[in-house]
Amino acid sequence: MKKGFWAGLLLAALLSGCASGVKLDDVPVEDKSATSSGANSQGVGAGLNGVAGVLTDKSGAGVGPAGVGTVVYFDYDSYVVRAEARPLIETHARFLKANQQRKASLEGHTDERGGREYNLALGQKRAEAVRQAMTLLGVSDAQIEAVSYGKEKPAAMGSSEADLAKNRRVEIRY
Amino acid sequence: MYDRTLSFEAMFNVLYIQRFPLQNLWSNWLIPLLVMLTVHLPAWSQFRVEVSGVGMTQLPVVIAPFKGEAQSPQKMAAIVQADLERSGQFKALPVGNAQLDELSRPEWSVWRQLSAEALLAGSVTRLADGRFDVRARLWDAVKGQEKGEFREAVVAADLRLSAHRISDWVYQQLTGVQGAFATRIAYVTKSSGRYTLWIADADGEGAKAALSSPEPIISPSWSASGTHLAYVSFELRKPVVYVHELASGQRRAVANFKGSNSAPTWAPDGRSLVATLSRDGGSQLFRIDLNGGEPRKLTQSGSINTEPVFTPDGSALYFVSDRGGSPQVYRMPSQGGPAERVTFSGSYNISPALSPDGRWLAYVSRNGAIFRLHIMDLNSGQVTALTDSSADERPSFAPNSRLLVYATLQQGQEALMTSTLDGRIKARLSGQGGDIREPHWGPLRK
Repeated sequence: MKKGFWAGLLLAALLSGCASGVKLDDVPVEDKSATSSGANSQGVGAGLNGVAGVLTDKSGAGVGPAGVGTVVYFDYDSYVVRAEARPLIETHARFLKANQQRKASLEGHTDERGGREYNLALGQKRAEAVRQAMTLLGVSDAQIEAVSYGKEKPAAMGSSEADLAKNRRVEIRY
Repeated sequence: MYDRTLSFEAMFNVLYIQRFPLQNLWSNWLIPLLVMLTVHLPAWSQFRVEVSGVGMTQLPVVIAPFKGEAQSPQKMAAIVQADLERSGQFKALPVGNAQLDELSRPEWSVWRQLSAEALLAGSVTRLADGRFDVRARLWDAVKGQEKGEFREAVVAADLRLSAHRISDWVYQQLTGVQGAFATRIAYVTKSSGRYTLWIADADGEGAKAALSSPEPIISPSWSASGTHLAYVSFELRKPVVYVHELASGQRRAVANFKGSNSAPTWAPDGRSLVATLSRDGGSQLFRIDLNGGEPRKLTQSGSINTEPVFTPDGSALYFVSDRGGSPQVYRMPSQGGPAERVTFSGSYNISPALSPDGRWLAYVSRNGAIFRLHIMDLNSGQVTALTDSSADERPSFAPNSRLLVYATLQQGQEALMTSTLDGRIKARLSGQGGDIREPHWGPLRK
């Protein structure tokens, strides 16, 4: 039942967003606390706690070089590109140099341990390590951007060492 | 018919049992009792407080159900009671069958027998214009004397706020300290792959969605005015800092530079932010004037510098840096300049928060795989661990510097907790399913 309520709320929010055709539009805010659901006994006015909700859209992704991976893995507490990742980075560097109109985002990620903001900074170090490797291979700085997701987007959800290792990575996205 | 305080005590005991498995026997009858109460009294299933721990000195108080609250959208007495109990400074006594309001003449012998120190009673009445008239009276139960009267008329949407204002008023009357119950907190939930930024009452209830996104939202930070939030949203597939006006929903990207933009914090005057930008490589602190202009770089080291917070007077910044080889909390002038290290024990100290009275620094310290909330007395430098949990994150102080809110893991789920500064009384903020994280306590209402 609760799920239904949420789905309804989301749908209502989406519909209102579509109707206006504006990407970031105000959506009607429903007070989600069960305690104030006494709709027939509401007084007038929005009250002093007015909050206008906003819904964001999903963004898309492009395609890079065929037949090559897009993920560079790192050791625990390390920000050094491993030797085994060199061929992958070189392939992407060649692709970018041959397609100077294309741009790539180098997304740094960490495992789940520790604070969100500090992990964001650590993920940034990984992304910048890959950027430097590409720069040394002659890729223009204007084509690549090193950004970080910190621990917000793990590739594997578990907490085993194997899972954590999958999460310490840089993803190359076009 | 039914003892109102019983459900709270039952909740208290259920939590207590979870923490002390030896007393599991109790759950054999307490949980069924609780289920029974919930079934028969649906109003009570809507709101619950889970307080654990025992305070040093707790003032015994009686908070009688408000006359007319059965017909009101909000159960005023329950909200006030939960507020006062969360503060760690009060113990609510059972009310029994007493029917009281602000006009009653309490039978003092009854309440003195329960060692009550204070008694609160009131009423909530719907007015012809649809608003609600909220009245309350507070008595000194020992002297049998009135201590004061509370009265306001509010729209239905502000009834919870009115209950929190009563809590503030009672707290001030009985402790001499300004209350911070009628404030708001921001937090983020992650549920079914969607991230939602919520603005809720300080008890976590009455939440309203300010932003919903398929991409992560982190690091909400209140402006001193309480009208705006800054936060980091990944909706553009990278971390970008936004400033968001809550009443209108108007938002704009204030730091969308090449690379990552994160960890915003407001200058006390509300005219600028300090945030972490990687536009020049690395993670460095920059001051961003909200009226525009180039961000001004505050740190130059080749190391990580992030998680800035201003001192209440705006003269200095506390932040995290790994310039010494491990992440530690540092302090520097807010215009930049030489930094001095503040945390020394342990090899990982992050997420600093300063109490508005300037006395305390809260932060998260790692020991092995344990991440635990700590507090430092800035006068003496003495450090105390406040929890026995293992994945604490992102503390922030109530604007009266008497409570902290932080995120932690409880039974594998991300949850928000409040704690007194001595760590003795903790309460889990309810009101949301799924993972709840990234709390930030807003300022006092102007």
